[in-house]
Amino acid sequence: MPNFFTENSDILFHFENLHIEDIVELTENFYEEAKEYNYAPINYIDAIENYKKIMEIVGDIAGNFIAPRATEVDEQGNTIENGKVVYAKGTQENLKQLVDAELMSVEFQRKFGGLNFPKTIYMMMLEIVSRADASLMNIFGLQDIAMTIEKFGDEEQKKQFMPGFSSGDYTGAMALTEPDAGSDLQAVNLHAYQNEEGQWFLRGVKRFITNGGGEVLLVLARSEPGTKDGRGLSMFACFGGDTVVVRRIENKLGIHGSPTCELQFNDTPAVLIGKRKLGLIKYVMDLMNSARLGVSAQALGISQAAYEEALAYAKAREQFGQPIYNIPPVTNMLIDMRVTLETNRSLYYDTCKWVDRRNKLELHIERLKNQEKNFQDETDKMKWANKVCNLLNPMTKYILTESSNKITYDALQIHGGAGYMKDFTIERLARDARITNIYEGTSQLQIVAAMGGVIKDILADHFDEKMNKTYKGTLNKLADHLKEIREIFTDCLKYIQDKNDPRFQDVAAKELVDLYSFLYVGFLVLDEAEINRRKIFIANRYITNALANARKSSEAIKNGQFSDLLHADEILQ
Amino acid sequence: MSYRSIVLVKQVPDTANISGQVMKPDGTVNRAMLPAIFNPEDKVALELALQTRDKFGGEVIALTMGPPKASELLRECLYMGADKVILISDRKFAGADTLATSYVLSEAIKKIGSFDMIFAGRQAIDGDTAQVGPQTAEKLELPQVTYTEKIVDINKNKITIRRRIDGGHEVLESPLPLLITVIKDAAIPRPFRATRVMAYKNARSLVELEKMVEGNSLLYIEDLKDEYIAKSLFIETLTMDELSVEAERCGLQGSPTKVYKIDSVVLGGGKHIKIEPTKEGLGQLVDKLMVDHIFG
Repeated sequence: MPNFFTENSDILFHFENLHIEDIVELTENFYEEAKEYNYAPINYIDAIENYKKIMEIVGDIAGNFIAPRATEVDEQGNTIENGKVVYAKGTQENLKQLVDAELMSVEFQRKFGGLNFPKTIYMMMLEIVSRADASLMNIFGLQDIAMTIEKFGDEEQKKQFMPGFSSGDYTGAMALTEPDAGSDLQAVNLHAYQNEEGQWFLRGVKRFITNGGGEVLLVLARSEPGTKDGRGLSMFACFGGDTVVVRRIENKLGIHGSPTCELQFNDTPAVLIGKRKLGLIKYVMDLMNSARLGVSAQALGISQAAYEEALAYAKAREQFGQPIYNIPPVTNMLIDMRVTLETNRSLYYDTCKWVDRRNKLELHIERLKNQEKNFQDETDKMKWANKVCNLLNPMTKYILTESSNKITYDALQIHGGAGYMKDFTIERLARDARITNIYEGTSQLQIVAAMGGVIKDILADHFDEKMNKTYKGTLNKLADHLKEIREIFTDCLKYIQDKNDPRFQDVAAKELVDLYSFLYVGFLVLDEAEINRRKIFIANRYITNALANARKSSEAIKNGQFSDLLHADEILQ
Repeated sequence: MSYRSIVLVKQVPDTANISGQVMKPDGTVNRAMLPAIFNPEDKVALELALQTRDKFGGEVIALTMGPPKASELLRECLYMGADKVILISDRKFAGADTLATSYVLSEAIKKIGSFDMIFAGRQAIDGDTAQVGPQTAEKLELPQVTYTEKIVDINKNKITIRRRIDGGHEVLESPLPLLITVIKDAAIPRPFRATRVMAYKNARSLVELEKMVEGNSLLYIEDLKDEYIAKSLFIETLTMDELSVEAERCGLQGSPTKVYKIDSVVLGGGKHIKIEPTKEGLGQLVDKLMVDHIFG
């Protein structure tokens, strides 16, 4: 009876060291709701106890029910019946359990049937569920659809769309992509129009829509005729009733439990969410940021699952008279995987907290506005948190999803020929991981997004503060390594700025974002090593390896290898 | 029509997760080494009772007899959706066998008052006797259906039940009230509900409150009890004084079952015989099993 929460020492380590007093206080509006709801926490300790107890339930459901069904879900996939999606049997059972446990509205306010949990805790659930069955994240994680309505919709829309999520009657989907609008969402063409009474309708086609058969759809559509760019797009919510036809379900490499749909909107009645023309530039950006965090969770969950498979196989498989676990190159791969996994997780929960903090400050500022109180301090804090999020969120998605591909790749390698066979779980994990660095923005686009903060070196003060700190014993050596990486970074940054060539900057961006991540994650794990002896090993391997890679990045930026871009046509002819 | 159900539940050592040091040198179980869990079939019984309530309306009361730590089991019943839970706990009840247990349970049920159904797991994974349910029914002079795998229907005061028998099942009708024992396949227990977990995590039985008072001279048990009752967090607790029972029929004193001897049996690996998967091979296998009196 494995519990994916209580039996994962690293997740427990992060849970025990959350330190989210500020976030919980704002989430709970200074514990005011305890007066109204008998399940609302009365203080921080009570809140943490609540989160722990609920995480135990998630860990139980994930480990004992969702995970054992995952292979069958993968084999069975989804089907279409009369223009509607029918989930695999295991997926239906998973969702029923999650609904029964009241876990389909984790972040919602209590008045809309939610648990009013911080995003950080919800994201922890996503990681655990993804480990059990990555494809389920795409349905369980789409609670964010309703959160977008909670954030930007009016009271009536919230009452209309939200409670159905908690009761299990609704799941959600965000319908953004179209055949000609993928990474470039400004090209969205689905038509939104109003009749004489002002009722909105949607007409057109959406493609690659995750959980497109969901009951509540958030649709990005062109509401301003004649426009061509993002400023002519608005956000709509509608029900996936008879006017929305699922034309096909894509036949994918992985995440078979998640139905990826082509949708046809035949004059579907819809409501406008928020204001016209802000669809892409405000609401979708916000939703995508949440979704990116969800995909990072998915990647991390898959990495954990793959690592566990590799470890178990290496211990059980005997060759040359011993378990292959004992063969140094295999042991080394396992350590690499474990270190990547744990440092990924450190970055992940740190990012979650920043996003959480930003969101809760926004919420609190609204409250202060309504009470006609001063909110300048909160606004300053929120703006800073927002800057950090805009750097960390895409950086995290880039790093965690690429890591997930590497970890599943190595885990399959440890299985040898057996790993290539359908008999072992690892082949599914390798297929599932492959989408994570593509959807919700490819790694290349995450790098572009993170680059804004990197080029401005927005964390310079943060790193200065960390570098001035004295660390325990051997950790000082690692702190020196990080100082060297910092020098390499500033040197490379200056080199790129001096060169002043946008094309060069675009290709060197990956190296620069990598360098910044070494620093950020390096200091995170160094702090962890201060409070946990075992983490010293993790910090040591991560930081020494980061230094080697930093030198390599520096070399790549400066050795002129990218100059041949100018000759691309000759090389690629 | 709505129904009032009582579910008999028990906290048991988790015999499915046995690690080292669980067996003492003398062959008895070291209970401290085993985590305590909700007896699996009792959990299914509670689920069936909750399903019945969800369908027809009514009330579900979970009842257990056990040491103070059995309060945790009752909290879990609340997490799943039980409307009310009752702990029967008294040092004088300790050491009870099935006879003494069913005696105390039946007296507690009489105290609870009217009911339509009593649900119990078929048997507990520690003793495996499957006696407590049937004995309780006998003492309450109730009809009983054991090995229930499905409640087919309830119509006014008549219940239709499908029970498992060797090689199949039979469908029975019974008037209410009755007692049924439930097998594991009858239902999948629902998960704990998040809001109920958070609401009832601080529910405490009288014995637990007494423990809190022991360590704190500023607390008075009556005040504390009132406070927990006011917050709907008090787990009703029955001691021997609250029940009209004869002391000599309770606990160790009222238990005629005596353990005569425990042997620690170490199962050694036997010798292997390789039999080819051919017609001749299978013939040899059948012959061998006949000779060893495993067949026939």
